[in-house]
Amino acid sequence: MLYREAGQFKSTYLADSAIFPLLQDRIAMAVLLAIAFIVVPLTATPYLFSAILIPTLILALAAIGLNILTGYAGQLSLGSAAFMAVGAFASFNFILRVPGIPILVAFVGGGLCAAAIGIVFGLPSLRIRGFYLAVATLAAQFFIIWFLTKVGWVTNYNSSGVITAQPIVVFGYRFDAPAPKYLLVLSIVALMALAAKNMTRGNLGRKWMAIRDMDVAAEVIGIPQMKTKLLAFAVSSFYCGVAGALFAYAYLGTVEPEAYNLDLSFRILFMVIIGGAGTILGSFLGSAFIVLTPIVLNVTVGWLDASGLHVPASAGSNLEVIVFGVLIIFFLIVEPLGIARLWSIGKEKLRLWPFPH
Amino acid sequence: MKLIQSLLLGVAAACAIGAAPAMSQQFIPILSYRIGPYAAGGSGYFGGAIDYFNLVNATGGINGVKLTWEECETEYNAARGVECYERLKKKNGGASTVEPLSTGIAYGLIDRVAQDKIPMTTFGYGLGASADGNVFRWVFPLGTTYWDQVAAMVAYLEQKEGGAAKLKGKKIAYLYHDSAYGKEPIGTLDALAAKDGFEALKIPITPPGTTQESVWLQVRQQKPDYVILWGFGVMNPVALKTAAKVGYPREKIIGVWWAGSEEDVIPAGSAAKGYVSAAFSAPGTSFPVMQDIKTKVYGAGNGNLEDKSRIGSIYHTRGVVYGILITEAIRNAQAKYGKGKVMTPEQVRWGLEHINLTDARIKELGATGMFPPVKTSCADHEGSGMVKFQVWDGSAFKPVTGFIAGDRALVRKLVEEAATKYAAEKKITPVDCSKEM
Amino acid sequence: MQFFFEVLIGGLLSGVMYSLVALGFVLIYKASGVFNFAQGTMVFFAALTFVGLTEHGLSFWMALPATLVVMVLLGLAIERAVLRPLVNQPQISLFMATIGLSFLLEGLAQIVWGTSVRGLDIGVADEPIGWIADRFGLNISKFDLVAALIAAVLVAALAFFFSRTRIGRALRAVADDHQAALAVGIPLQQIWGIVWAVAGAVALVAGLLWGARNGVQFALTFVALKALPVLMLGGLESVPGAIVGGLIIGASEKLAEVYLGPMVGGGIEGWFPYVLALVVLLFRPEGLFGEKIIRRV
Repeated sequence: MLYREAGQFKSTYLADSAIFPLLQDRIAMAVLLAIAFIVVPLTATPYLFSAILIPTLILALAAIGLNILTGYAGQLSLGSAAFMAVGAFASFNFILRVPGIPILVAFVGGGLCAAAIGIVFGLPSLRIRGFYLAVATLAAQFFIIWFLTKVGWVTNYNSSGVITAQPIVVFGYRFDAPAPKYLLVLSIVALMALAAKNMTRGNLGRKWMAIRDMDVAAEVIGIPQMKTKLLAFAVSSFYCGVAGALFAYAYLGTVEPEAYNLDLSFRILFMVIIGGAGTILGSFLGSAFIVLTPIVLNVTVGWLDASGLHVPASAGSNLEVIVFGVLIIFFLIVEPLGIARLWSIGKEKLRLWPFPH
Repeated sequence: MKLIQSLLLGVAAACAIGAAPAMSQQFIPILSYRIGPYAAGGSGYFGGAIDYFNLVNATGGINGVKLTWEECETEYNAARGVECYERLKKKNGGASTVEPLSTGIAYGLIDRVAQDKIPMTTFGYGLGASADGNVFRWVFPLGTTYWDQVAAMVAYLEQKEGGAAKLKGKKIAYLYHDSAYGKEPIGTLDALAAKDGFEALKIPITPPGTTQESVWLQVRQQKPDYVILWGFGVMNPVALKTAAKVGYPREKIIGVWWAGSEEDVIPAGSAAKGYVSAAFSAPGTSFPVMQDIKTKVYGAGNGNLEDKSRIGSIYHTRGVVYGILITEAIRNAQAKYGKGKVMTPEQVRWGLEHINLTDARIKELGATGMFPPVKTSCADHEGSGMVKFQVWDGSAFKPVTGFIAGDRALVRKLVEEAATKYAAEKKITPVDCSKEM
Repeated sequence: MQFFFEVLIGGLLSGVMYSLVALGFVLIYKASGVFNFAQGTMVFFAALTFVGLTEHGLSFWMALPATLVVMVLLGLAIERAVLRPLVNQPQISLFMATIGLSFLLEGLAQIVWGTSVRGLDIGVADEPIGWIADRFGLNISKFDLVAALIAAVLVAALAFFFSRTRIGRALRAVADDHQAALAVGIPLQQIWGIVWAVAGAVALVAGLLWGARNGVQFALTFVALKALPVLMLGGLESVPGAIVGGLIIGASEKLAEVYLGPMVGGGIEGWFPYVLALVVLLFRPEGLFGEKIIRRV
């Protein structure tokens, strides 16, 4: 009843190829952006900013990167955290060694370095496929972290290898408080998500999807395998690199290789699969799920303990892990195409509402 | 969207409910890890701390003020540690102090605690430079830092050899966990090697260190006179077993205190008999304070350790000692700012800067021999620098020395250099301690 | 020269330990096409259950069959609860489900048996064999040789099982083509249940050996990361590949750490096996013994 396109006619090709063709969708998006940019900064607590919103957005950006590589181009990668690390350390070195460089330019520089490394480690994808490629990307994960730990030049010969990140200063304004950091991260993520959406909707995205579905056929019809696959690795690593720089500067406050370990790579892969591979919305939903679930479980166990049901502390922590594992399996059984699929099913139902079919 | 909204509402509700203040209680958030590869140590340590807090509460609190705490699972992960800290720092009237027991989390919190004005202790680990209280106002590496610990180890070796001069020309291999934790003391070790004239051979062990044949075959080839083992978790028992496999005598292996707990030696079985490690706290249940914990806390069913045979283990006593130090700091603060009142974090910070645990005071607390005297000050946030060395005889750790310290003057010089460098990078103005009380 | 042989032999023997873990992966992938990332956690679960049972009073020889029964039941339960609902889903979903499964198993094992670290003694000392050390000057551990022997027996048993028994033939048929196997009447669900049970048993053997070596603690789950390059090198579906791959990875890892490591600062053991396997894959994209992936348009 409400969610209908009856009466909405497009008279130009440009209007027809909009991301949100329906007026209702555009209104909903505008409202969401208004809430995110205006309402949330005014009402949220610092805890919500620094522990929930900022990491969700940053990891969603990394998940978009991995989604481009795994969801759209079909190249399974377990090395996304390593590319994040490259982005973080490269940004650190740009700010350290190029005097006066604007920090946003340093972030882009970090992303470009990560893209270059991504191309190098993406070269095997021209020969290797499937799980072999996944394990090959683990080579990237372990090698890059070892390199960043070992080579003193990268960490400016710091004795412990853990560097505190320089403060974010844009046009003279220092981003120290959680709310401005949140707005900065939100702006960067929103812009890059828009870019990703347009990339995947266009010619490039179609080429990637063709390679994912049937790469031999794609080559037959003239899609160059090497360029397309390497471009997927490059774009994906760029996104992961910028996300890694933000992770160090806007969230943790330190640039250290151990924060970008295999565990983080797996978490980002979870976000992509559970959120919905091959969708941009899925990256955001998956990120929210993976960031919030451990916190919710921790708080719930704390509730149970406080309400008198004496849960021994070790059992509580293990219970969190068990429930997390069960939730993942449950989600994969119930909706293997991810939360984004549930969302689009919901929209389909909304089109028919209030009728059942 | 609905999922996210309901989850956010749930979290907000949890925060709202949890924030109901209990004003007559001193709140300490406990950033613990009870799962993951270091769970055994974490559950022992935090169990010990909670046991001591329960003892304090059972015996009247600190001048009537009871301690309250809340645990949050960090899984030894920096991002989760930061999230736990942010969630708990304002609850129940505000966190008085925080102790993450993890180098990665501590680094992530250094800037935050300075901004939030909550003192953070890094008991026996962390940034070596943070012993300089002029620069690091809000960080307290109580006990010893890694730099002082490696100096103490060299002092022990000097003692074993019969004097500093005897170390000249010897070869000491430093086997370290290839991470920030392992790399911290290298600067100090090199300085000590230059001073004493021994060769420091540094061999990294790739974490997690489940197979170390290549490392120990290199050791066998190089034939060092001593090996300093600076590992963590599974790296330690594997090191001891592999050393036995290649035939390197375990009496020549000296472990850091994170390589000197029951969890490290029991899996190595007979390969660990005769292995010496450093320790800040003595294990055992014979100390009066440990007996009190057994009767008053475990007797009342409030004990935190599920496996009672672990009472008195190294990690457990380490946690108890941490509890004693924190309680003493709060008590000091109350003596200055008002007995029987809940202390603010700034006041607790003052208390931490004025810990003066003499032998007499330690005897009053029932912990003689359990840990060395600790005296902190505005400039010295470490307070002790002493460790004792103990040998594993197959079923328990037995002391081989009393509490000894290394060349603290040399270490202090390095600390001040590093702290000045840090202050310059971060544009912190150091406090002038001569002006403070 | 003698040192080189010592490193080489030490590497080969530790490679055998990696193969034991890799065998579990291979069994499951061969029969059901699932890359079971929970294999490392199953090794941990088996070792922990065994030690837990011995602590509760069972003797070594009673705890062993008891744990075997537990692992078999676990394998059947996993097939029923996790795999059956996910039949026909893309491989990546199954892979992620096994990761979720590994969280579940590690939490479950530690809730039931606790998180403290335990030693495991299987009666073989991890010390150099006297007469070899005296005659050749090489330090070879008794424990390593026993582990190699056990691995050889296991591989021989599995090879016999696959080629001579009816169930083994059915497994090979299922690995070749699910649809065709169904068409000739092979009960797919039962076969998968059996495969997971056998993989559980292999995990038990690996768990006992690794647990005796490193102590039974959570870090045992990391042995799976050591087995992955073995799988890449040998091929995901090949039992001989797991052994050969293990030997190559073990030897090259140790030799590289000893000879190349000091040139670049050490600590290369973490990534060297992966990079080596990667290089081999560039020449043989399915590993040394893996099945060629045929792509049709």
